[in-house]
Parts: sequence; C-alpha cells; structure tokens
Amino acid sequence: MTAAIEVRDLRKSYGDLRAVDGVTFEVGHGEFFGILGPNGAGKTTTLEIIEGLREPDGGEVTVLGLRPWPRNPALLPQIGVQLQATSFFERLTAREQLRTFADLYQVPARRADEMLEVVGLTSVAATRTEKLSGGQAQRLSIACALVHRPDVLFLDEPTGALDPQARRNLWDLLRAIAAEGHTVVLTTHHMDEAETLCQRVAIMDHGKILQIGAPAALIRELAHPVRISIESGALGQEEARAVADGATVADDGVSLTFTTTEPAPVLERLADRDALAGLQVAGASLEDVFLQLTGREYRA
Amino acid sequence: MTTSRTPAPPTEAGRSGPASAARRGVNWQGFRSLSRAMFRGFVRDRAALFFTILFPVLFLLLFGSIYKSSSTPKINVVEVGRVSVLDQARAGSHGQLDKVLTVTHTTSLPHALYEVRQASVDAAVQQQGGRLIVHYSIANPTTAGVVQSVFAGIVEAANQAASGKPPAYQLATQQVEDKSIKPIQYLTPGLLGWAIASGGAFAAALTLVGWRKNKLLRRLRLAPVGTTSIVTARIAVSVAVAIVETFVFIAIATTPYFGLKLTTYWWMAIPVVICGTLAFMSIGLLVGALAKTQEAATAIVNLIVLPMAFLGGAFIPLALAPQWIVKVSYVMPLRYLVVGMQNVMARGDGPASALPAMGILLGFAAVLTVIAIRVFRWDEI
Repeated sequence: MTAAIEVRDLRKSYGDLRAVDGVTFEVGHGEFFGILGPNGAGKTTTLEIIEGLREPDGGEVTVLGLRPWPRNPALLPQIGVQLQATSFFERLTAREQLRTFADLYQVPARRADEMLEVVGLTSVAATRTEKLSGGQAQRLSIACALVHRPDVLFLDEPTGALDPQARRNLWDLLRAIAAEGHTVVLTTHHMDEAETLCQRVAIMDHGKILQIGAPAALIRELAHPVRISIESGALGQEEARAVADGATVADDGVSLTFTTTEPAPVLERLADRDALAGLQVAGASLEDVFLQLTGREYRA
Repeated sequence: MTTSRTPAPPTEAGRSGPASAARRGVNWQGFRSLSRAMFRGFVRDRAALFFTILFPVLFLLLFGSIYKSSSTPKINVVEVGRVSVLDQARAGSHGQLDKVLTVTHTTSLPHALYEVRQASVDAAVQQQGGRLIVHYSIANPTTAGVVQSVFAGIVEAANQAASGKPPAYQLATQQVEDKSIKPIQYLTPGLLGWAIASGGAFAAALTLVGWRKNKLLRRLRLAPVGTTSIVTARIAVSVAVAIVETFVFIAIATTPYFGLKLTTYWWMAIPVVICGTLAFMSIGLLVGALAKTQEAATAIVNLIVLPMAFLGGAFIPLALAPQWIVKVSYVMPLRYLVVGMQNVMARGDGPASALPAMGILLGFAAVLTVIAIRVFRWDEI
C-alpha cells in the first residue's frame, strides 16, 4: 500500500528563518495524523506546502501520488482544506456558504444540506456566518472542506480559538469524520488534542521533526516515572516506606506521593492495606515527551 | 509506520512544470455560484448599496434641482416709497417686465439698503422727482449688470414717451432654438460617470483586500475553480450593478421635473459604461493588490476617484470649467467615461463618437490590470 502523503526532506526559508528544515514523513490512507508543536514550529508552513499553497525551497511532496505544486487541478477535488482563519464569503448564511462551496466543486446542493446536518448546524442554516459562534464557524468551515467528499482532509489548528466545551464538541465531530475513512492531517499546539485524536503524531520544533509515532508509544518509550498519590496521612511513615519499597516518597501535607517507574507493585501494596482513598495516578504525557526531546518545558 | 529521518538525497524541488496541470473546461456552476455569492454580498451590504447607488442619486437630485432653478433668474427689486416711473413701465409692458422683475414695497430706505447688503433683494429703487436712484450691490456682478441695464431701459423708454415723438429706432427680438445644452444634459452623464467610477474601483479593491485578509482567496485557490472564473464573476456583478445604476439615473433624469432629453443613440452609453467599469475596476485591482487593509484601500480609492471627479468633468462640466482643468482632464480616465456617455446620450452625436473613449478606457484597463497582476499577492506574507 502506498502512502496517501509522502513528504521528503522538505525545506522552506523566509530570509534567515528556516521555517521548515528537512521534514520527512508519510501518512497512510485513512490515517489520522497530527503535526504537533508550539507556535512558530513550522507546522502551518509544512501543511501549506503539502496543500500546494506554497512552493518549497527544496524536497519533495506527493499527495495521492500527485505533486501539489504548482497548483494542480487534478489534485484539488481530492483534497479538502480548512485554513487557520474561517474563510467565508461575506454576508452569506451558513446554508448559502456551504452551497456556494458545493457549486465550486460541482456537487449537488443536496449534499451541502446533508453536510449541514452532519456538522449539526441545521438550526442556524439561515444565520449569516458573521453571527455564528466560534465553534459553529469552525464546524461550517470543516463542512465546506468536506462537502465534496475529499480523500484527504487538512485541518490547520481547527480548535485554535475555541473554548474547552466547543473543543470537545469538535473532537467528537473529527472522530466521526475519521471513522468514515478520510485521511486527516491536523496541526495543533494542544498536546491533549493530539493525544486524544491522532493515531500518529509528528512532534515539531524549530522547523524540524523531533519524533514521530503513536502518542501512547511515544509516552511509553519515555519510561517516565508514574506518580501515585493518596490522601496525606493515610499511611504512617513506617508503612509508607514499606509500600514504597525503593520508590521515592513525598508528603506535602495534602497528598502522599510515590514516584516510580514500576507502579504495579506499589498499587498492589496500597490495595493490600486498603489505602486507596483519593487515589490519583498520573502517567507521563506528550508534554513530558516534548520536555525530554527539547530539554525545555512545552509552551503552546 | 516508522519514518526514516535520514535526509533523502536532494531532489529537484517540486516544480514539475505546468504539464501536470490538466486542462479542464470552464466551471460554469462555479462561475454562477461565485457571481451569486458576490451579488448577495453586495445587496446585503447596506453601506455599499448606499454609497454606490443611493448617494450618487441623491447628488443627481440635489444638483439637478439647484441648476434647474438657477436657469430662470429673476431680479428682486424693492420700491422705496412710490416709484411712478417703474409702476408705469410695468403697467405698459403687458406683463413682460414682471417676467424679469419681482417687485416688493417698503417705506424705509435704511431697511431697503440693509436688504440689498444682505443680498435678500438685488436692488432698491427710489424716485426723487425726475431722478430714479437704483441701489445695488456688485457682490454678484451678473445680477448687478442686469439691474443696471433693466433700469437704463426703463428710464430710456420713459424719456422717449415724455418727448411725445415716435422712436427713431425700435428693437425687435426673436428667440432662436440655441445649441447650448441644459445643465441636466451634462449633469446626468457627469454624476453617473463618477458613480460608476467609484462603484467599480471600490468593489474591486475591497473584494480583493477583504478576501485576502480572511484567506478566502487562498481557500478559493485550492478549489477547482480558476482565477479567470473568480475575476470574471466579480466583473460580471460590477457591470450588472453599473448598468442598473445607469437606468436608475436615466429614469430619474428624464422625468419632466429634470427634463433630460435622451438623444437618438443613447443606448451607446451602455458599452461606454461597461468599458468605464472595467477601467475603474482595474484601478481598484491595483489598489487592492497594494493595500493591506480595507480602510487603507478605501482611503486610496477616494484619493484617486474624488479629485478625478472634479478634474475629469464629472462634478464641474468641462464646458464650464477653466482652461487648465480642461487640459488636465485629458489624463483622467473619468473624462473619457463622462464625455463618451455625454456625446451619445445628451449631445446627439452618432454611435461612432463613443468609440475613441471606449478604446482609451479599455487600453487603460489593460495596462493597469497587467501592473496589478505583477504586484498581486495571494496572502499577506
């Protein structure tokens, strides 16, 4: 099986800034792929080169076996694009907006109305896009990108400016889209978003890809210690040391915390002593992966 | 699943040339849809609607009314006390004199002089025995001249009558149909020209800047619809708006109140309107390619179109304008739009008379479009 997207040694500079500095990866058919990194890491530039909006200084890109640059009319109907800003025609309603895009892709208006329902905007079909909430506008924007049933969908920071509730709603929509078999490439600076949505992520910083893999695998590879906390004072000092059996113990007056790379025996011993009240287990996250890779805290 | 992180050998960057660009037919569905979207966007934008259509129409109503009343000047005269010479002259003229004069009465000379100074009347007259004294102001030289000659004539006639002899010379006047045209005949094409010019320039500039700012331009670039379709749709909408505006103007100006007389080949104004729209859209295109914000684009378009309205014969008819304006007007594209329309719709020239103007407008549009394409940017970076 050939990959849906192949990117090899992609390079793009703006003056002295190497926005994309030798990026290589592949995205399989039907895969949900994330490009994760802080702002200015080069995610959007990478995505725009793959979409065919920018010409790379060097390297090679193929999408569904076709080159996106220069503007390739054979490829355009097969890809759907949602840009960072919500790009709409002024003063059209949600339905008119979607039907206009349907027309551009020579798709029947019926399909536009279907999409409106898929993204849950039927109730605001007659509302002008200027009056939609941030979440509604993003949904409409995604509907516009999907109206012609593209094989590959590109989403550039789709949840960028949304509140937590709207983000979670959008995640549900994106999962449903991915379940239909579209190949999805998403950029985000939210670690949790990449972790929950993407089958594989590429972690990017300063124009380079630091690591690629499934989020869970990346975290596991870290062998990062797990933090097990229970209520402070649930165990006496002596007992706590017995439970720890080599793991670090700390009591800050609120929680009694064991830090260990082997959590299972610790948990077992806690259970034996019936000391699981207020139990919290915190494993590593992609943020720890980023910290490990770059030596600095992740700042979105 | 795993991806090689060793750099691949440097390959030629992804410019495989336009050979891969499959030739497709025109996307009519897309073109119609874009036109509809732009048209809706226009008619739902109250400010745009006001400034493109209603504002120029208000100008037409205003200027039309002003110039209409000034075409029948009457002299307002106030009689101080009894002025028998004037009263007899009016009685003897069988109403002819009252077509020129409006006479009011007062007994106070200071009050009458005050009114003359305030320009609420044109002259105050008093009679002292055989002397007729006319007080007037030279604030308006034309009126002053008319006042002097009217009263000179009245005194002359009175003297002649007093002599009891028949006059040696008699003046016979006869009016001929003159070739000079009424103000509405040049006001209509002038204001219409300005309306079309600003409408076209604003539409092109604001669409371009707005769509670049909200990235719709880039989004459309990734849709299977060519730049040609996008540009043609924008032109089609603007041309349609300009033609509607032309008919609104003509409908208002030809009402009996304004009295525009359309001449035989008035319909030739329509191709002139189309060429003018293209010319001014090309200005808008250039402004839109250069300006970063819609505010800047608005300011630049105003800076270009407004002076042109004064110097290109739209607000100040070239027939009445000082010589230097007439000379300057030759480099103003608006001149060719206004004069082209004027010739065929108001002066009665043949259809061919509009062709040079159309040629110049199209040439101008072509040159500016080429420049605009050179400085055009898809996005803000």
